[in-house]
Amino acid sequence: MRMIIVAGTPGSGKTAVLIHALRSLKERDLKSSVVKIDCLYTDDGKKFESIGIPTKVGLSMDMCPDHFAIYNIEDMIEWAQENDSECLIVETAGLCHRCAPYTLNSLGVCVIDATSGPNTPLKVGPFLSTADIAVITKGDMISQAEREIFRERVLEVNPKCKVIDANGLSGQGCMELAEEIYQTEEVSLEEEKLRHSAPLAVCTLCVGETKVNKKHHRGILRKIDGFQTYKGE
Amino acid sequence: MIDKVTVLGGYNKQGEEEPVKKVVIKKGEIVGVVGPTGSGKSSLIGDIEQLAQKDTFSKRKILVNDEKPSYDDRTNPRKKMVAQLSQNMNFLADMEVGDFLNLHAKCRGASSKCADAVIKLANTLTGEPIKKEHELTILSGGQSRALMVADVAIISDSPIVLIDEIENAGIRKHDALNVLSGHGKIVMVVTHDPVLALMTDRRIVMRSGGMEKVISTTESEKTISKKLNRIDDLLLNLRDKVRNGDVIEDINMDGVNL
Repeated sequence: MRMIIVAGTPGSGKTAVLIHALRSLKERDLKSSVVKIDCLYTDDGKKFESIGIPTKVGLSMDMCPDHFAIYNIEDMIEWAQENDSECLIVETAGLCHRCAPYTLNSLGVCVIDATSGPNTPLKVGPFLSTADIAVITKGDMISQAEREIFRERVLEVNPKCKVIDANGLSGQGCMELAEEIYQTEEVSLEEEKLRHSAPLAVCTLCVGETKVNKKHHRGILRKIDGFQTYKGE
Repeated sequence: MIDKVTVLGGYNKQGEEEPVKKVVIKKGEIVGVVGPTGSGKSSLIGDIEQLAQKDTFSKRKILVNDEKPSYDDRTNPRKKMVAQLSQNMNFLADMEVGDFLNLHAKCRGASSKCADAVIKLANTLTGEPIKKEHELTILSGGQSRALMVADVAIISDSPIVLIDEIENAGIRKHDALNVLSGHGKIVMVVTHDPVLALMTDRRIVMRSGGMEKVISTTESEKTISKKLNRIDDLLLNLRDKVRNGDVIEDINMDGVNL
């Protein structure tokens, strides 16, 4: 089973780009299944189904969608196998961008919106810096100069990635992405690891504390001046 | 050295083969792209900008000097053969003009002295002067376009120049076109403006996403183009007067004999 993990900021065009790429893969007779992970709501499942791709939707609710995707990855692969698919595509809606949902041997695809400004690549962290492919969308909405600066910034953060300029409306660049998916090697989950550890999350807020006053906080607490303490037993 | 660009036809929006199968554009030529809105003019320009290899919606293929461009030629901005002035009227990047130009010069491998030259040139195209420390996002439509034109002319100095609807810019379009279409370049201009369309050597007519036909500018069109230019000058002159708050008392119609 090939495993493709697609991450990206909300509204960056992950689904639109994937729909075009999946159409192209279908023409080449590669059978794919898609799992869409979102937080509270999505109707993207219908979009994938409308082009005849077996689709499953997972809502992570109050859990981080990237963590949720990882806990469910084995089940997702089993399900894709039941569909006789050769390729599982997991589209996940990361939130804080401190995670990278990619595993070592999957194809990690980061979709990033060029209109979000040239500083965005510097802000988004491991989901860009550990990706195999950076798909830059909405380039048609900005000037060529801004596009080139954005691309340079992406490569500053991740010099080894392949950059694909794509347009979710016209499908431009999506065939290139489909080709990369086609060429991806199969993954076995037995020894598979994440490329990047999940963020530090060991305080009382992680387990549901809602009070803001600092006397209620326990765990590893970091101050804005960089000072870090452990409070608790 | 780029001597020619070849566009090999693909498919229109209905998925039918486009009527024009091949267009060869030679060095020094200015080619217009005309057609109703939504007819695929910008897509054609987009295909050339990316040096498409049957990998876009239209499935067109672009050859440079009869050869397929390498992956690096297509993607590395330092090697980029194509400079494009798109239809965008505003910058979205949250930066100062000077920083932005320096960054772009770095991307293109151009000298950092370019920034001043770009601003100077831009200020010859627009009424309100642009300064280095201005925020890009607060520039007016005219200022933004003037800056984009000057940036394409100086920093993105490429042998192929693509221009999308320069007439919408609110800047001096003839000056802008002169600045962009340097000697020996391959220039394509998307336009709705008959003055610009008739100035070109040939024009590609677009319909429903496909290249419908290619018209070579006729001798009589060239004569008409000269007349139109005089009318255009007259109107530009009047526009400047109105903009400057003058009252128009008379117009000089000499030489505007239709």
